[in-house]
Amino acid sequence: MDTKKIISINGSVVKARGEAGFAMHDMVEVGNYKLLGEVIKLEKDIATIQVYEETRSLKIGEEVVTTGAPLLLELGPGILGNIFDGIERPLNYLREKSGDFIQRGENVNSIDYTKKWHFKPVIKNGQKVYSNMILGEVVETPSIINKIMVPYGVEGEIIQIIQEGDYNVNTSIAKIKSLDGTVTEVSMIQKWPVRKQRPYGERLQVNQLLQTGQRVIDSIFPISKGGMAMIPGGFGTGKTMLQHQLARWSDADIIVYIGCGERGNEMTDVLEEFPKLIDPRTGRPLMERTVLIANTSNMPVAAREASIYTGITIAEYYRDMGYNVAIMADSTSRWAEALREISGRLEEMPAEEGYPSYLSSRLSEFYGRAGRVKNLNGTEGSVTIIGAVSPQGSDFSEPVTQNTKRFVHVFWALNRELAYSRHYPAVNWNISYSEYVNNLQDWYEENVSPDFIEVRQEVVNLLEQENELLEIAKVVGQDVLSDNKKLILETSKAIRVGFLQQSAMSDIDTSVPLEKQFAMMKSILIIYNYSEKLIEKSIPISVIKELGFFDEYKKLKYNIKNTEIYKFKEFDNKVKETLLKLEETYKNHI
Amino acid sequence: MKTQYLGLEAINGPLVYLKTPKELSFDEEVEIILSNGEKRIGNVITLNEDIAVIQVYEGTSGINTKDVKTELKGKPLQIKLSKEMLGRFFDGAGRPVDGLGELHDYIERDINGNPINPIARKYPRNYIETGISAIDGLMTLIRGQKLPIFSSSGINHNDLAEKIIRQANIKDDKNFAIVFGLMGAEYETAEFFRKSFEESGILSKVVTFQNLSNDPSIERILMPKVALTCAEYLAFDLDMQVLVILTDMTAYAESLREVSTLKGEIPSRKGYPGYLYSDLASIYERAGMIKGKKGSITQIPILTMPNDDISHPIPDMTGYITEGQIVLSRELYQKGINPPINILDSLSRLMKDGIGKEYTREDHRKLSDQLFSSYSKTQEVRALAKVLGEADLSELDRKYLKFGEEFENKFINQKQWESRTIEQTLDLAWEILKILPKEEWDKINE
Repeated sequence: MDTKKIISINGSVVKARGEAGFAMHDMVEVGNYKLLGEVIKLEKDIATIQVYEETRSLKIGEEVVTTGAPLLLELGPGILGNIFDGIERPLNYLREKSGDFIQRGENVNSIDYTKKWHFKPVIKNGQKVYSNMILGEVVETPSIINKIMVPYGVEGEIIQIIQEGDYNVNTSIAKIKSLDGTVTEVSMIQKWPVRKQRPYGERLQVNQLLQTGQRVIDSIFPISKGGMAMIPGGFGTGKTMLQHQLARWSDADIIVYIGCGERGNEMTDVLEEFPKLIDPRTGRPLMERTVLIANTSNMPVAAREASIYTGITIAEYYRDMGYNVAIMADSTSRWAEALREISGRLEEMPAEEGYPSYLSSRLSEFYGRAGRVKNLNGTEGSVTIIGAVSPQGSDFSEPVTQNTKRFVHVFWALNRELAYSRHYPAVNWNISYSEYVNNLQDWYEENVSPDFIEVRQEVVNLLEQENELLEIAKVVGQDVLSDNKKLILETSKAIRVGFLQQSAMSDIDTSVPLEKQFAMMKSILIIYNYSEKLIEKSIPISVIKELGFFDEYKKLKYNIKNTEIYKFKEFDNKVKETLLKLEETYKNHI
Repeated sequence: MKTQYLGLEAINGPLVYLKTPKELSFDEEVEIILSNGEKRIGNVITLNEDIAVIQVYEGTSGINTKDVKTELKGKPLQIKLSKEMLGRFFDGAGRPVDGLGELHDYIERDINGNPINPIARKYPRNYIETGISAIDGLMTLIRGQKLPIFSSSGINHNDLAEKIIRQANIKDDKNFAIVFGLMGAEYETAEFFRKSFEESGILSKVVTFQNLSNDPSIERILMPKVALTCAEYLAFDLDMQVLVILTDMTAYAESLREVSTLKGEIPSRKGYPGYLYSDLASIYERAGMIKGKKGSITQIPILTMPNDDISHPIPDMTGYITEGQIVLSRELYQKGINPPINILDSLSRLMKDGIGKEYTREDHRKLSDQLFSSYSKTQEVRALAKVLGEADLSELDRKYLKFGEEFENKFINQKQWESRTIEQTLDLAWEILKILPKEEWDKINE
């Protein structure tokens, strides 16, 4: 018998003793309730187990049975549009089975085995196949085609492939005979250990922009497809709101949204809203390309630890089909705290602030799974990771923020003061950065405009100068500044209000194409450059301000629709003409 | 008669150590029977082969290791629930303390509850009127929301709690109840609330659980769970709109730390246990609404920030779990503004979907955005005025100062017995906003 008997229970951590040979990370069933657990430590004949469900009412002496395998995820058609808990149990199915509140010991399949999918083979008998090679296609949702792949590690010759038709996910669709003569039956479903990275061919350069429709991101601090970013911010700074915006408007093919230890009502918000929102590129509901993983803060802590891995493994599965996948993990701090909580129960020696010493290596393992790759089957795909971080006490020097910062290339720092003044997204442009700007130079030149990077740099410079000037103005007051300095302040203010601030509530402003973003940057620079010339000629800034262009600029984002970008030219021409005329009148006066 | 076990291995603070009986289960309720017949309840918090650790909610004083008996209940802690609870007072474990006798017609339920399946949740969309302008206008309380109040010692948050309990109402549903949990309060505070409930005639809508400062502190660990089990019963069995007010959550967290330390657990920040976040979440997340059910649970946990520090683990973790926060300010309190709500630090996350034309009034959203923005600008001007002196300020800046003044004195400030409807609140806001020239109404002009 492969069992051990429980000898101690402490919260989510259970110890069991017995002769049975358990292996590290084996999935086990704990006690009479058959709670799911995972072996996390072995010591002689004692196994320490983290249990993914409430351990209430377990008794000493109850049996722990190993399944002989690690926690396996089921990967196949039926994942998209679904919502799972941290260990890939479908929440709608759990609700059907056990009602509005989550009960324990419910062992259910991740994917609906009864549903039929229309499978269309793309391969013929006699063909040689290898790991992850595409056998056929299934329309998983009207937006996404699931490519059924040869399981990793299987190689050989197709001796039988099923005809086009409707099948269950567990129907055998192909038989593959390997060199040594063994025959493997393949279905549409694959099982993969949750903690293991799915292999790929080779890494590619991350030089394509992930368009998010958010100006401060796409134009100022961009992220590449296959890149990694963090969003640190104290509570109330709009992390979740920004993550939702990215999940809505990113031009990734597939979004995996992990609600890790966050609020139940927020997940409900996503669940109610995404089916209604239409993907501008496909014209289909966003939910069709989205997978949600919800382990709210009151759900068991061990499953919270696993939820991050569940999410990234699902992402890699779709990457292997040749899709660009983006993961939003909200929040990785909750995951780190789950590590800390379990580590505490294991009585491990704590490192910084009580976190275990392996925090940093776990974080680097996770972010290391981002990237754009050439898959084993020759397709190209990517996994982009965007992790929210909730720093304790809004202090960016705490361990999770600091350790994450070492691994990611984009840092979108959310700032409480900005959030207070309702400047959203509250990305602080003074300390945020993106290391992808250089990688993306060619992309911008090709896809937007040859002078994109230059224009962007000018905008960034103005914001930087504003920062310095505001420091000075704090001491001496703004009135003392010279007119050209005042112009910088006026321009930067317009950039902040008219460009950086973006309203998620406005239908026009919630997502903005890059062409418009670029036009907006150019417009403000035209106002600035023409005004600067006038100021050089001693025309006072008050006169220029009275023309009202700065105020008009601030509202352009609402007044010019995303489809009417030509109107920026009209605005620019009006600005140029008026300012030149002003120059003329002053000349005549003097 | 259930089996009883004689004697204990050890006693340490509120924890007793029992040689593990075979049938004892994790988190099971037990009854400790003293030699004089007195009974105390406890539950199993750690279970080992040889020794079980039991926390005793009424404390361990008077218990010895020899002739005390332990009786196993065979199930986790439960409380009795009934409609009769409205208007009554109970201790932290849910036993009547008002001398009106036991409940007659009741059901029993596990106090731990299970997490609501996120898919079964209904997104909260309608509001609760508190009659307090600062809250209704700027950080509207939404049914099903959890919106804590962060206070500091010496600030009159009890007055605010009392005001909310007395004034809170829902226009379209009179089936409204309040569950009030008082942890670690002095006798006078408890009396203050009791009198207020009686005098204002709302007593029959309120269920009170109280654990006073001289009651065993360990009982506080139990109270939020007991109170919320009661709230779930009222909301989801009896279809009521329930507002739960828990005060003071800092006292709760301190009791939790006390037990954790005694158990010898490895401490995390400031000595609080590593599971503080999960533990607080298991309380706060019991707010919400469920699809297909009429009732709702709204929570206002109140906590005092030790040393006025918002980054202290208790307010910090609370803020990450709850949907916003109402922060009280010592500065406003000293200025005599009541309730002393620090507008800029406060926020209601669910407000955006529960206000506007369908719920409050069409102009609500822009107006509140504008007030936040203008008041935030006022702070900048005040900082500037400190450096330059008011005389050197521009005309516009002086208007901002005036706006800030009026906003604090007329809008935030409110008499203890004054309740304003949402219309009155919004009208008042317009009146004050008019101090500023229209060009400065950037959020309204958007």
